[in-house]
Amino acid sequence: MLESLIYVALGGAVGSAARYLVGVWIMTRLDTDFPWGTFFVNVSGSFLIGVVLAFIESGGLPGGARHLLAVGILGGYTTFSTFGYETMQLLRFRSARATLFNALGQLLICLAAVYLGVVLVRGLVGE
Amino acid sequence: MNTLFVALGGAVGAGSRYLLDSWITSLYGTAFPWGTFIINVSGCFLIGAVLHYVEEGVLSNRSRAFFAVGMLGGYTTFSIFSYESLQLLSAGNLAGYMLNAFGQVLLGLLAVYLGVIMARGTRRVWRTGRGSK
Repeated sequence: MLESLIYVALGGAVGSAARYLVGVWIMTRLDTDFPWGTFFVNVSGSFLIGVVLAFIESGGLPGGARHLLAVGILGGYTTFSTFGYETMQLLRFRSARATLFNALGQLLICLAAVYLGVVLVRGLVGE
Repeated sequence: MNTLFVALGGAVGAGSRYLLDSWITSLYGTAFPWGTFIINVSGCFLIGAVLHYVEEGVLSNRSRAFFAVGMLGGYTTFSIFSYESLQLLSAGNLAGYMLNAFGQVLLGLLAVYLGVIMARGTRRVWRTGRGSK
């Protein structure tokens, strides 16, 4: 448990810092108040967690990698709380349309992304 | 420098998520992902409060990096939420999927709102020294 916790915390530090840097990088390049940074982070993280967990499931990665890569790095890279806050900000200051687009868009595209990641690895591994 | 605070917060947040999720899963099993559900909704409540304090200037930008971006960002997760949603769908549990996906988003949004309201309330208490006007 302690060893797993250390892997998760280390991964969480790396993943969260990556989210911050990617988010800032995207938002300084786009002249918009729509939260594309979190949108991109969550979609890409969902795709990657599908890839990682499918690899572990197929035995291509050791089960212990789950703590560092999935629970730690990708769990920390993606965020639900910032997504929630930004969605409420869209509701307050933008439009119902932008709010729905952000909430439903992330919900559905992330689901598709994780599915794509899983299917891609299963195809590569040849199951 | 902010990146370091985000990383530190992220370590604490992700570690807390792991411990809390393990504990909730040991209580309620794995048929429905209650761990992530409770974590994400509670994280939304807390970020509503924290970011309201930041907006009001009670908390600094560095606190924002540590508490909101790092700790609460790392505590909550969208990737595991998406993976667990897919698992419910793959298992043919459509009701479970709907409850998890839409329930978590709607309760998460409500929780952000309640967090902001609570933060406003405590601000009033601090300013006036009493709970109501």
